Amino acid sequence: MKISTLKELLDAQVLTCEENMGKHVYSACGCDLMSDVLAYVKDQAVLLTGLVNPQVIRTAEMMDMICVVFVRSKMPSEEMIRLAEESGIVIMLSNKRLYEACGILYSNGLVGNKVKP
Amino acid sequence: MNDELVFHFDVDGEDFTSAGQASVMVKKNLRRLGLSPEIIRRVSIAMYEGEINMVIHAGGGVADVKVMEDRIEIVLTDHGPGISNIDMAMQEGFSTATDTIRTLGFGAGMGLPNMKRYSDTMDIKSTVGVGTTITMTVNIQ
Repeated sequence: MKISTLKELLDAQVLTCEENMGKHVYSACGCDLMSDVLAYVKDQAVLLTGLVNPQVIRTAEMMDMICVVFVRSKMPSEEMIRLAEESGIVIMLSNKRLYEACGILYSNGLVGNKVKP
Repeated sequence: MNDELVFHFDVDGEDFTSAGQASVMVKKNLRRLGLSPEIIRRVSIAMYEGEINMVIHAGGGVADVKVMEDRIEIVLTDHGPGISNIDMAMQEGFSTATDTIRTLGFGAGMGLPNMKRYSDTMDIKSTVGVGTTITMTVNIQ
């Protein structure tokens, strides 16, 4: 799914790296627990979360994720925006709840996450 | 790649916000060396979890990363409280982290299991009241 499609589906506002809106994501992870996110291996994924601190962006970077959606319109700090811009990560804000946002993406074909055996 | 490359980092235990900076630097350096994305990711995640652990539990420490011809070795050393029961600490879900740390997205008892998951070998040496040294290797295929 193109990041631009994801933006439309979630009615989201883009805060960083708009130049990467044409990139594709192939899986998604909806989670507030960064260690659980780190247990998944799948690059070119999108992270949906309600957690707002710089470790969210570092976790996404470690996982080679290219897009982070903050649900319930939670606003990231300036430092988080700077870290995302340095790493080429698209940050979006959606006013939807985590469950709803994940459901919309899932029902539109963005399914699955693979756990390393 | 014939020569060993060594990176050394001091991990600040006072600032959770800056935790992970060393792992980001390692990731950037490994990318420059042209290693495969999968190897880079495994090293970065294993080290990142270790770095977070040092900040959460041990008041910081030092990280040494050695890139050799056939493997990458990560050594994390701290002088924190030590791990009293390593077998228990290796179980997913076991954690001694505070509620404050949990609200920051960590402390769910996944740190050590994730480090083991992403490394090819992991050795923990820990003495209560003295500190912990964790050595991980990731093979370069």
